[in-house]
Amino acid sequence: MSLLEVSDVHAYYGNIHALKGVSLNVNEGEIVTLIGANGAGKTTTLRSISGLMRPRVGWIKFSGDDLAQFKAHELVRRGVAMVPEGRGIFARLTVAENLDMGAYHRSDRSNIKKEMDRVFELFPRLRERRGQVAGTLSGGEQQMLATGRALMSRPKLLLMDEPSMGLAPILVETIFDIIKEINANGTTILLVEQNAHMALQIAHRGYVLQTGEIVLSDSAEALQANAMVQKAYLGIE
Amino acid sequence: MAQALRRIEIDFVDLFLWLFRTAIIILVIWGTVAKVFFGVGTEYSTAAWIDFTIAGIAQGSLYALIALGYTLVYGVLFMINFAHGEFFMSGTMTATVFVAIPLASAGYLDSNPFMSMLAIMLTAMLVSVGIALLTERVAYRPLRRAPRLVPLITAIGASFFWQYFFRGLYGSAVVPFPNIPIFSGTIEIFGLEILRTRLVVMAASIIMLVGLYFFVMRSKTGKAIRAVAEDKDVAALMGVNVDRTIAITFAVGAAMAGAAGILYGLMFGQTHFFMGFVPGIKAFTAAVLGGIGSIPGAALGGLFLGVIEAVGPPLFLEGLGIPGAHQLKDVIAFTMLVLVLIFRPQGIIGERLAEKKA
Ligand SMILES: Nc1ncnc2c1ncn2[C@@H]1O[C@H](COP(=O)(O)OP(=O)(O)O)[C@@H](O)[C@H]1O
Ligand SMILES: [Mg+2]
Repeated sequence: MSLLEVSDVHAYYGNIHALKGVSLNVNEGEIVTLIGANGAGKTTTLRSISGLMRPRVGWIKFSGDDLAQFKAHELVRRGVAMVPEGRGIFARLTVAENLDMGAYHRSDRSNIKKEMDRVFELFPRLRERRGQVAGTLSGGEQQMLATGRALMSRPKLLLMDEPSMGLAPILVETIFDIIKEINANGTTILLVEQNAHMALQIAHRGYVLQTGEIVLSDSAEALQANAMVQKAYLGIE
Repeated sequence: MAQALRRIEIDFVDLFLWLFRTAIIILVIWGTVAKVFFGVGTEYSTAAWIDFTIAGIAQGSLYALIALGYTLVYGVLFMINFAHGEFFMSGTMTATVFVAIPLASAGYLDSNPFMSMLAIMLTAMLVSVGIALLTERVAYRPLRRAPRLVPLITAIGASFFWQYFFRGLYGSAVVPFPNIPIFSGTIEIFGLEILRTRLVVMAASIIMLVGLYFFVMRSKTGKAIRAVAEDKDVAALMGVNVDRTIAITFAVGAAMAGAAGILYGLMFGQTHFFMGFVPGIKAFTAAVLGGIGSIPGAALGGLFLGVIEAVGPPLFLEGLGIPGAHQLKDVIAFTMLVLVLIFRPQGIIGERLAEKKA
């Protein structure tokens, strides 16, 4: 049984048919990447999984439970956390308050403190800026904060929506190294990316999404070698 | 051609606004100078000026307490809750009719003034919270995804609904708030004669304002309120029950309004089904003045409005030779509202909150 199963999901924005029967699955311990161009439906897929949107057709199961029965805010308790598109940090809260929000559903203060120390070990920059208002952080630091905040809930499954967006190449390397490290520590990851080059380097498997449909799914190596992927997403002629 | 006409039109509007603002500034300065240096109008003693100021601070701290409700709700929903004045009225009237008056006739109000005051206040706060939660659940929550104008109009409807609901319940006559001997009369502090009610109002308001500030800045629920104010979807992803947090925000604002209502009763000795209207609009003005969405802004806006309403008429309005100047304090409040909305919609100390969602 997979940790996450998405089956034939159709999602709409009013009349816009954004997902046309998306199916995918993520096994425990994997990094699975969902690559696709702008507007393909990657964010819509993650919003459907996290309960911010409801699929009109199809179902999504996490650890075997149908997610239709849960509200968005009940998911984090079950082990799903998300790093939203554009980071979604709370700009007027401090860094420490943002991290606290990540552990909002928990009340065991001493463990929260430990979790925060772990996040600070992963991102030493955040420790230096813990008292600072998050809106004043640089783009890279905000991405670190959004990732650290998601980790504060000790998720089983981490959904990441384009963590490389708008970051300088060196920072992208750093973020992807950290994603690998988070996975090595036992967190399963569904990584949405336009940056297929980087995503396929760290992922075990991948799906290619085109205008709301999965057109390819394979191991990361096979996708890297695929002529269509090379042409459309890796810029190799 | 049309383009050119449009430009000229805008310039006329700008010019008019500039003249309007300048005229008001000149009038205020003129009146003040006339009063201070040429003694136009009644001559007041220093003690009288201090008394005006203290009256203003007391009135202003009530505005501040009510303004919190506008500012908190605006913070999370970007909506002006025009029914907030009715939250203020409903708790006050109910507590007056069912608690304050019976306690007074039983003589308990004289023998146990503090316990009685506590009971009256808690009843008012509870009723205000109940009305607020009901209004939020029935009238506002179903409209959460509607265009912004829709909940605004619904709020005006809710305001009328509650006014006439409570008029039906308690009648249209003034219901006097009982006199509490220990809180009446004056007390001498630093050689100043101060009305005790004003002192009670100021002290209670400060305690509640500070308490609320710490609640919002320090408590877990307060953090959730601030997170919801910034981004509801992301807050939900963190495990925050957004609907419940919004309801709590309404409840907190209404509790402050209910408490303010009892202080109002104490200060003015009367309650009425229409009593929420003017304080509601004044408090809204205070919230806008301080920058709607900001808690310290609501407090400062309230105090500023209260003081300028109390000191303005004897100072610059009398200085301009206007007869019966003290009856014109509402004109000052609403002129300020218009000025702030036109020239500084983010308020005097406020941040540009509206920009993000507007
Ligand atoms: N809020 C919205 N309202 C209407 N259409 C939307 C909305 N969000 C996304 N869409 C449409 O849904 C499709 C998928 O969008 P999205 O999931 O954001 O793509 P991606 O994340 O892959 O860039 C696009 O065609 C987009 O225009
Ligand atoms: Mg996207």
